[in-house]
Amino acid sequence: MKRSQLTAAIVALVFVLFPWVVTSDYYLHLVILALMWVVIGGSWNLLAGYTGQVSFGHAVFFGTGAYTAGIFATKLGISAWWGMVFGGFTGALIGLLIGWICFRLRGPYFALATIAAGEIFRLIATNWESLTEGMVGILIIQTFRSKLPYYYLALALAAASIWVFDLVMKSKLGFYFVSIREDQDAAESLGINATLYKNISLLISAFFTGMAGAFYMNYMAFIDPEVVFSLHYISIMAILVGIIGGVATIWGPAVGAFIMIGVQETFRSALFGLAPKWISQSHVLVFGLLVIFVILFMANGIVGDWPKIKRLFVKGQ
Amino acid sequence: MSFFEVKDISKNFGGLMAVNGVSFEVERGEIFGLIGPNGSGKTTIFNLINHYFPLTGGDIFFKGKSIKGMKTYQICHLGIGRTFQVVKPLKRMTVLENVVASAFCRVNTLKEAQKLAMETLEFCNLLSAKDKSAASLPIAGRKRLEITRALATKPELLLLDETAAGLNTAELDEAIELIQKIRNRGVTIIIVEHIMKVIMSISNRIHAINYGQTIAEGTPEEVANDEEVIEAYLGESYA
Repeated sequence: MKRSQLTAAIVALVFVLFPWVVTSDYYLHLVILALMWVVIGGSWNLLAGYTGQVSFGHAVFFGTGAYTAGIFATKLGISAWWGMVFGGFTGALIGLLIGWICFRLRGPYFALATIAAGEIFRLIATNWESLTEGMVGILIIQTFRSKLPYYYLALALAAASIWVFDLVMKSKLGFYFVSIREDQDAAESLGINATLYKNISLLISAFFTGMAGAFYMNYMAFIDPEVVFSLHYISIMAILVGIIGGVATIWGPAVGAFIMIGVQETFRSALFGLAPKWISQSHVLVFGLLVIFVILFMANGIVGDWPKIKRLFVKGQ
Repeated sequence: MSFFEVKDISKNFGGLMAVNGVSFEVERGEIFGLIGPNGSGKTTIFNLINHYFPLTGGDIFFKGKSIKGMKTYQICHLGIGRTFQVVKPLKRMTVLENVVASAFCRVNTLKEAQKLAMETLEFCNLLSAKDKSAASLPIAGRKRLEITRALATKPELLLLDETAAGLNTAELDEAIELIQKIRNRGVTIIIVEHIMKVIMSISNRIHAINYGQTIAEGTPEEVANDEEVIEAYLGESYA
């Protein structure tokens, strides 16, 4: 067994045993959210980090997945859990639509187009009230009262996503994604159909983000357009998770997700009640400072610059 | 039917005729030189062949079939590889990864691609640099990587765009040797080059252009003594 596989096995074991050691629902809730962000951050990273197509619109796929599950329950009267299956596919379908339109653009123009796509979907969800209930949002009844089933489901989803991304990056697809990121013209001249492979990257990315959205619907039992199609709670957060953890690394977004949820919760709860209340308004400010710090001192993120960080703390190297 | 034929191609950018009615034929197994002063349209011809730009007029045939309108990546799959004058290494990948990515043009599994890439690296004498990042290579290494990468797509026709520019004398001899080695492997080569030492010593035939138009074609000796070619390079009073 290789060292990386051993590390993965230990990490998996820790997470499987975690709810039996820490039984607090509060902490379990935070870890569930972090695990969900592992999936979204990893998906964003596949498209932006590895393929070089920076998306500011991942809320589109997240929201589509969430609404797929929600509409299944409220309009079709079937379990929102079916959304876990179909949320990925509707996310991917919307991904293809956006790819078809936006991949005609390169670089920053693509990024701008994804912001627009995010806003369009938020407005559709807000105004198409007969389907989405508009601003009222969708409320369903949670299946389980215990957090345990949700925890293991989120864990399975996170593990599956990391496994798939790792597999993809070690295959022809992965080499093609990175080639396109590095130089699209050179990639084309080496026989790479850039448009096709960018769409494949987007498809996989949107699929997992859609699944995460459907999970969110099932877990939180309430969604509205301002939350699931939010530019800054979802799209920007996905970018921050990727950048802080380490762009174009397999484990980066996973580490980033836990740090971001940790920082968010620490400040949202005003340092767990120890600091004055106004601090709770400041988590966005802290995100900003964190990004500045990471970009200045570890441009490759925590995982990407791990050797550098290790040198700081281990003497004599 | 010739192996490769460019028939009356032209390209204009707005009012500028960059290439104007150029025709030539290339036989299988030869090294075909393309020369001309700066800005005469050599690189544009390459860009037209692998459809980096669409043709304004004319047609291009590879093994008797028109490749007009085909996409760049399709042309590569068909068996026409190219290198870029302004090298385009995939910088944040290692040398080996660069070549593996292009080897995937012909094989589907990582193992096969790595095998093909290693063979190609060895053939091009770049094996010792395989774990270096492409960005860290000096210019001679980058030019060599361009060739290696193009070769890993197993082309039947290889377009070399100024692969010798910027090299010192020793590197130049190595480059010439490599190009001849590639030809001996059965790959037909069209080469654009400014360095006369290279183009005169290895080309079977040379096609000279100026202002996007053909001025001469023939063996290296014929072209070197052609009045119009001398005029284009040195000015009227030397012709």
